[in-house]
Amino acid sequence: MMPAGAAASRVPAGIEAVLRDPGFWGDNAAVIGLLVIGVAFSLLTPFFLTWGNISDLLVSASILVVLATAQQFAIVTAGIDLSIAANLPWAAVVFGLVYTGGFGIPAAIVAAIAAGMIVGVVNGLIIAKLRVNDFIATLGMLGVMNGVALIVSDGQSFSVSSPFLQALALGSIGPIRYFYLIAIVIALAAHFLFTRTAFGTHVLATGGNRDAARNMGIPVDRMRIAVYVINGALVGLAAILLVARTGGSDPSLQTSQLLSSIASVVLGGSSLFGGRAAVLGTVAGALVLTTLLNGFTLLQVSEFYQPMAVGIVVIAAAVLSRLQR
Amino acid sequence: MSEAMPVLEVRGLRKSFGAVDALVGAELICPAGEVTALVGDNGAGKSTLIRCITGVYPPDGGAIAFKGAPIGFASPTEARALGIETVYQDLALVEDLTVWQNMYLNREVEHGIGPFRWLDRRRMIAETEAKLERLLVNMPPVRAKVRRLSGGQRQSIAIGRAASWGSALVIMDEPTAALGVRERGAVEALIGRLRGEGVAQLVISHDLEQVMRISDSVWVMRRGRTIARWRTREVDRTRIVAAIAGAEG
Ligand SMILES: Nc1ncnc2c1ncn2[C@@H]1O[C@H](COP(=O)(O)OP(=O)(O)O)[C@@H](O)[C@H]1O
Ligand SMILES: [Mg+2]
Repeated sequence: MMPAGAAASRVPAGIEAVLRDPGFWGDNAAVIGLLVIGVAFSLLTPFFLTWGNISDLLVSASILVVLATAQQFAIVTAGIDLSIAANLPWAAVVFGLVYTGGFGIPAAIVAAIAAGMIVGVVNGLIIAKLRVNDFIATLGMLGVMNGVALIVSDGQSFSVSSPFLQALALGSIGPIRYFYLIAIVIALAAHFLFTRTAFGTHVLATGGNRDAARNMGIPVDRMRIAVYVINGALVGLAAILLVARTGGSDPSLQTSQLLSSIASVVLGGSSLFGGRAAVLGTVAGALVLTTLLNGFTLLQVSEFYQPMAVGIVVIAAAVLSRLQR
Repeated sequence: MSEAMPVLEVRGLRKSFGAVDALVGAELICPAGEVTALVGDNGAGKSTLIRCITGVYPPDGGAIAFKGAPIGFASPTEARALGIETVYQDLALVEDLTVWQNMYLNREVEHGIGPFRWLDRRRMIAETEAKLERLLVNMPPVRAKVRRLSGGQRQSIAIGRAASWGSALVIMDEPTAALGVRERGAVEALIGRLRGEGVAQLVISHDLEQVMRISDSVWVMRRGRTIARWRTREVDRTRIVAAIAGAEG
């Protein structure tokens, strides 16, 4: 018979084994990072762990969550979307022009999402049909769409206000703000798509082993176009959120949103080589980046330190992810 | 030479890649319930022939007949719909997907309400287990990602997948090249089992001992052309080696 002490020490031993497994740290880098940062800020300032602040934090993470999910679709096929930095303001400008032109909110919403999707279609066609590398194709579209957005807006940002946008930016169902409700729904839908549908499985297969997918009869070119179309639609949606939050349409490049979207996906544990989609990790990654900024603001750390901290976190996560199973 | 009804018949098949003539006159007959071995040096055109038969490459000329009817496979999907399954040299497995996801890749079983469709995971997992258990000696966990399996296990999954779907013809490109002796034995047992079930099997192999053990007929390719064919029991290893090297036919 086993002494009582030995039996009691077995549970901690199991946990210890998990903690000693480097794969555990690699697979859950973003969630662990989020916990560590959260605990640190809670100890450093009493203002961090209040419902008001957490709610603000989630609201400011929402646009990034939608953009990072969009980025996830490109990255899962071993691609990347650099054109997000221009597609986002382009779709925002289209939204603003259609709405201020008097066509109403429903038309503006449809137009913004269609504007984002058109960029996605073009990206997908250049990549899958013209066989241009994803990086180059979307780098090209970054320039093209930046120019188009500047031309149609005459380089001016203009204010767009409507009761609908105000309700979207500030309204809530009970304690839950519409803003992050939308982000949560998008992330869960993407997670469902990748884990529970044939389409998602075919996308993963296309990203993981394109030749195998082709051999199994999966139309890999169509899959690669489809992910950029979904990506574009999500960027269009993010643009609507952006207009609601900032109260205007601004044609200038959104470079930091682009970098943060890539960083979120990397933090979340998805491989840049494709085939692996960790949507919930990506959400955690976006929350890590937003929490860092939120905590630094509360602690009144100079904003000059913020990009540095984000950069260090991304590199640390990339190192951790080498431990992945 | 007496032959059962051919499932597959290839005549004068030609295929070029730019200046490279990969096939200049390939012939092949695969009867039901038989194992047909295809041998030849590296670059002889064996893989290209298979890819033409399975619709990966469109041939430049010649004819392919399946169960007596001429076909021009436009895609691997059409070939599979007719019951031709292939185990490629690279196995065509996706490492980041699980065993059951690979088993059902592009053949997913779904639930659905109207346009909303989602995976029937439970059924695919259970049926993967049932199918592989019937065929394999050494059963890997069906929920594990293929990344975590050994080379032998991967090979078994790929063959198990082809065997459980391919009703008429299973094509294997060097099915045991990467395996140890015991795993090779298991694969050969699997091939024997499928032969008993009346499946036509086409096996590319460099292992002539194995060809002598498992096949009913041997076809030799050289420089894109079929240069010799025998019933296996009417030939010996030395003559096959000579043909491969170009000393015969
Ligand atoms: N996709 C391709 N593009 C160009 N040449 C190819 C391609 N596939 C095969 N070849 C060439 O065709 C010839 C036959 O190759 P292959 O069918 O792979 O022979 P085997 O499988 O018998 O070794 C070789 O010269 C090879 O280099
Ligand atoms: Mg070959």
